[in-house]
Amino acid sequence: MARNVTNRRKAVVTVLAWLVGLAIFFPILWIFILSFKSEGDAIKTPFEVLGSAWTFESYATVQERSNYFRHFWNSVVISVGSTLIGLLIAIPAAWAMAFVPGKRTKDVLMWMLSTKMLPPVGVLVPIYLLFRNLGLLDTRLGLVIVLTLINLPIIVWMLYTYFKEIPGEILEAARMDGASLKNELIHVLTPMAVPGIASTLLLNIILAWNEAFWTLNLTAAKAAPLTAFIASYSSPEGLFYAKLSAASTMAIAPILIMGWFSQKQLVRGLTFGAVK
Amino acid sequence: MATKASRAAARLMISPAVLLLLGWMIVPLSMTLYFSFLRYNLLMPGMEEFTGWTNYRFFLTDPAFTAALWNTLLLVGGVLLITTVGGTLLALLMDQPFWGQGIVRILVIAPFFVMPTVSALVWKNMFMNPVNGLFAHVAKFFGLQPYDFLAQAPLGSIIFIVSWQWLPFATLILLTALQSLDQEQLEAAEMDGAGALSRFFYIMLPHLARAITVVILIQTIFLLSVFAEILVTTNGGPGVASTNLTYLIYMQSLLQFDVGGGSAGGVVAIILANIVAIFLMRMIGKNLEA
Repeated sequence: MARNVTNRRKAVVTVLAWLVGLAIFFPILWIFILSFKSEGDAIKTPFEVLGSAWTFESYATVQERSNYFRHFWNSVVISVGSTLIGLLIAIPAAWAMAFVPGKRTKDVLMWMLSTKMLPPVGVLVPIYLLFRNLGLLDTRLGLVIVLTLINLPIIVWMLYTYFKEIPGEILEAARMDGASLKNELIHVLTPMAVPGIASTLLLNIILAWNEAFWTLNLTAAKAAPLTAFIASYSSPEGLFYAKLSAASTMAIAPILIMGWFSQKQLVRGLTFGAVK
Repeated sequence: MATKASRAAARLMISPAVLLLLGWMIVPLSMTLYFSFLRYNLLMPGMEEFTGWTNYRFFLTDPAFTAALWNTLLLVGGVLLITTVGGTLLALLMDQPFWGQGIVRILVIAPFFVMPTVSALVWKNMFMNPVNGLFAHVAKFFGLQPYDFLAQAPLGSIIFIVSWQWLPFATLILLTALQSLDQEQLEAAEMDGAGALSRFFYIMLPHLARAITVVILIQTIFLLSVFAEILVTTNGGPGVASTNLTYLIYMQSLLQFDVGGGSAGGVVAIILANIVAIFLMRMIGKNLEA
């Protein structure tokens, strides 16, 4: 009897949750469907769209007409590049703060976080002018530099919260056994730190891939990553639904897949450890 | 534990990160501050001169500033309201046992990973377009007049689009917080005869309070800087109907080349963001000690 009631309740919750989930996901599903339709079919009513023929032509056209893969590659270089450089700078810093905490460690961490609170538009003018004078406008190098700097605080923080969880006793034990700092780093810490570093890497590639203030303002045609490329569809090109859908699907698919793997880390990374 | 040598090594390891961030903060910030007191337009090179508070006076008395400030408040407030209330309800729903929990969770989180330009353009063209958009098709199906969302209610439409992007974030964080709630406490309350509503208001909501505050503060930081969504949908218009502070400053600096005025606006934006940041920092700092 009691079991029956719970099952009925579970069924109701199931239906409700699926309906809400599908409603929220629907726009993504819809562009996925439209991307496999011809331009003429894509603007018809939903029933006609679903009944029409499926085709790959939009994907081919997007690549032909606008050299899609150059923008895709720009996105890859910018997001992966800025993340790797960021990790290179942040790993030693986070390691030191987690294992050799000083009196001011907490202040340094908080100060780093405060740089993240700076609204980008507050420094838009100087960065734009500096980039113009240094020839960094519309270059991938320029964007790598900016994205490294704006994500550095998040990278340091995420790594710090992961490193903090590595028990200090293990280090002491290694030291007792006579391990040098180098050995300690290579044989004891690295294996334990790898999962945290991997999650940090993943989340920051996602953040950099989707960053849409600096990428829009500092690029024109040459170094434009996908965020800026898609923005070029804003008018009147955007009325070609099938092409916009194909371009969008390719732009979000890799990140969607990475994102689903990093759900848990997302909470920790974006709340700076305040919610775990 | 830490020896003098290891402390020196630690300082050496921290310094690259600190120096880079210090440079990133001080150089552009002092330039913004300096420019904000100059008459400096890129279209009139060589005419730069010190003008005192003029840029600030012009920026703050411009009717567009009042409109943009108001739009910013509506945008941030509207999205916060929708995402925290919606996120709490969604988290409560998804915390219940049901079939396919993992898949629904994936579906709900997805919008957060869609880049802003894509989500804004998809909503604008495929859904809100008054001729071929999905909403127009649905309206016509029921014999109604299609509604031109972005022309009639530009700010409301943008609030809707941005809410769709941030609802997953709020849901995910609140769900995480909800799952750390002590189940025994809930069961004990149920045994004592507490109804679903009082269980929610007296046990769950207080437990969620911290997470809700974190959601509000972090989202505020990001929402103050909403830019791409406005750029690709309305360009801030019609008029200044959907211009927020970020977009106004962008227009002034990069479209009108008014470096001085744009910089003064930038300083104002920084001050406003700092007010929020102080509260957020305090919360996170408290957590660091615990």
